[in-house]
Amino acid sequence: MSTMTPPIAPPLRPTLRQRAFSERTVRTLKRRRIVSGIMLAVLICAAVLAVLPLIFIFGHLLELGIGSLSWDFFTKMPQPVGEAGGGLANAIVGTLILIGIASALGLPVGVGAGLYLAEQKGTKLANTVRFLSDVLNGLPSIVMGIFAWQFLVRPVGHFSALAGGVALGAMMIPMVARTTEEMVGIVPVSLREAALALGYTRWRTSLSVVLRTASAGIVTGALVAIARIAGETAPLLFTAFGNQFWSLSLKQPIAALPLQVFSYAISPYDAWHSLAWAGALVLIALIFIISLIARFATRARFSTGGGD
Amino acid sequence: MTAPDGRAVVEAREGDGAALRIHGAAIGDRIYSSAITFFALCVPLLLLAIAWEIGVAGWPTLHKFGFGFLTSSEWDPVKGEFGAAPAIYGTIVSSIIALVLATPLAIGVSLFLSELAPRWLRQPVGFLVDLLAAIPSVVYGLWGIFVLLPVLRDPVMPFLRDTLHLGKTGLFTGPAYGPSMLAAGIILAIMVLPYIASVSREVLLAVPRSQREAALALGATRWEAIWGAVLPYARSGIVGGVILGLGRALGETMAVTMLIGNRPEIAASLFAPGYTMASLLANEFSEASSDAHLSALMAVAFVLFVITLIVNAIARWLVWQVSRNSSGKTA
Repeated sequence: MSTMTPPIAPPLRPTLRQRAFSERTVRTLKRRRIVSGIMLAVLICAAVLAVLPLIFIFGHLLELGIGSLSWDFFTKMPQPVGEAGGGLANAIVGTLILIGIASALGLPVGVGAGLYLAEQKGTKLANTVRFLSDVLNGLPSIVMGIFAWQFLVRPVGHFSALAGGVALGAMMIPMVARTTEEMVGIVPVSLREAALALGYTRWRTSLSVVLRTASAGIVTGALVAIARIAGETAPLLFTAFGNQFWSLSLKQPIAALPLQVFSYAISPYDAWHSLAWAGALVLIALIFIISLIARFATRARFSTGGGD
Repeated sequence: MTAPDGRAVVEAREGDGAALRIHGAAIGDRIYSSAITFFALCVPLLLLAIAWEIGVAGWPTLHKFGFGFLTSSEWDPVKGEFGAAPAIYGTIVSSIIALVLATPLAIGVSLFLSELAPRWLRQPVGFLVDLLAAIPSVVYGLWGIFVLLPVLRDPVMPFLRDTLHLGKTGLFTGPAYGPSMLAAGIILAIMVLPYIASVSREVLLAVPRSQREAALALGATRWEAIWGAVLPYARSGIVGGVILGLGRALGETMAVTMLIGNRPEIAASLFAPGYTMASLLANEFSEASSDAHLSALMAVAFVLFVITLIVNAIARWLVWQVSRNSSGKTA
């Protein structure tokens, strides 16, 4: 108890203050544990609640959609009100055509921009383009539709499949660019260096070595982008516009599955409502098939990567 | 003299060949690099083109009405009076409802996945939440019309108004028709949930283990570790995710158009129908008859464009800030 000499270790026994604190901690421990338990239960509830809407939506889609699906749905044309039957053959084909136009525009530009982002990493332009493509990605799709209308419909004077495809393709560009950049970024530098050392020129190295190695990942990214634009309705409202008749012309208005679902959903007829559910089911199925293919493409990439 | 001369000639020839090849390669490289530069430039050019086309088309209206375009609530195409206030108000209110509902759920499910869930449960639950983002807007609208609206009309709205006596707050009054600001907000909440959740999950998984372990070692309960150590670490990233979700909610068109009731009026009650900028465009654009009406709609599109541009830029900046910080710390 020689507390007179100053430079000595502090007493090991807890001070009064510390003892009071630790007693309080022990006293409140029970309460703190209860609070913790409640909050963890709340987190579990949140997880359940977050998944519930999905289950409901899918349940209703299957319940109400399958009933109206039939062979006619895929082969027949839409019928006027009051006539039974009819299908959405033209809308299904129209959606595929629109996806084709969009891919023809969005894929090359997106992959090219992605290559630039990966190869010119760190330059001012690359950083700007990366930032702006993220911003572009968040742009409301209806704004893209209005842009396409102003750009391609207004000067011509009529709606067209081409305008719809361009609107969708413009939406694809930033998505494809960012995934391409990511996929090209994970190609080992040694591969590029080996090709250059063998006397390949830069552009051949980029296209036939780097891009080819990253191709499975880029295909995945492209399919994900396609899956996302396949269900877009807003950009098509004033561009592709929809069409009750069979049309394959790019210069004419064209039917699309999402547009058809929209106009049937807000119609007052029960028969059209069930067609809307069937159309929604087919649309979701289309998107899922594309996403599944994308998953398999990713898996293929990983398995070849593992084999190396 | 001949030998050195000859050698010189041969060397010159070889040099020529190499130079030729190198020259050819240089051309190929130059074509390649200008091609990808051009593709990269397409992105900023596209943004500029959108701003220019829509801005020019909307300019007559913005010029004529000035700031009043944003504050006037008179929208009458026949009289040529255009004020976007109800649409702007509806856009903001429906987005706020969506964020108020979706943010706690999204953070909850992300925390569940990063802190609580056993490993085998992580991927399937994460996949299911991500799946919400794959559903097209129009399908949400369809589901909203035939499933959500009837449920809101019968048990939910009267319950909120009469049983819980929330009618007195002024937010939950009036007849329960169904199509309303509330319905739009709820569907938007489901739609932006996966965006907030995926960003939050990524940020939470990037929180170093040492943060949690340190808190637990100090005697914190699991919740205290989450609340005091994990969440503060991930805060700005989560805020970025929420703002990203806000960007989505502001521009969402189809589902909102199908559920909000489309009436250009400002009402305090969330049971009342409203309008958003996107649904105003979706409804009136193809029917706009006069140039003035068209220009007014273009001006609305321009306002929407500018707002979402700013919101997205802020969100991206925040998320990048976090990812840069965390990568700097782990490196």
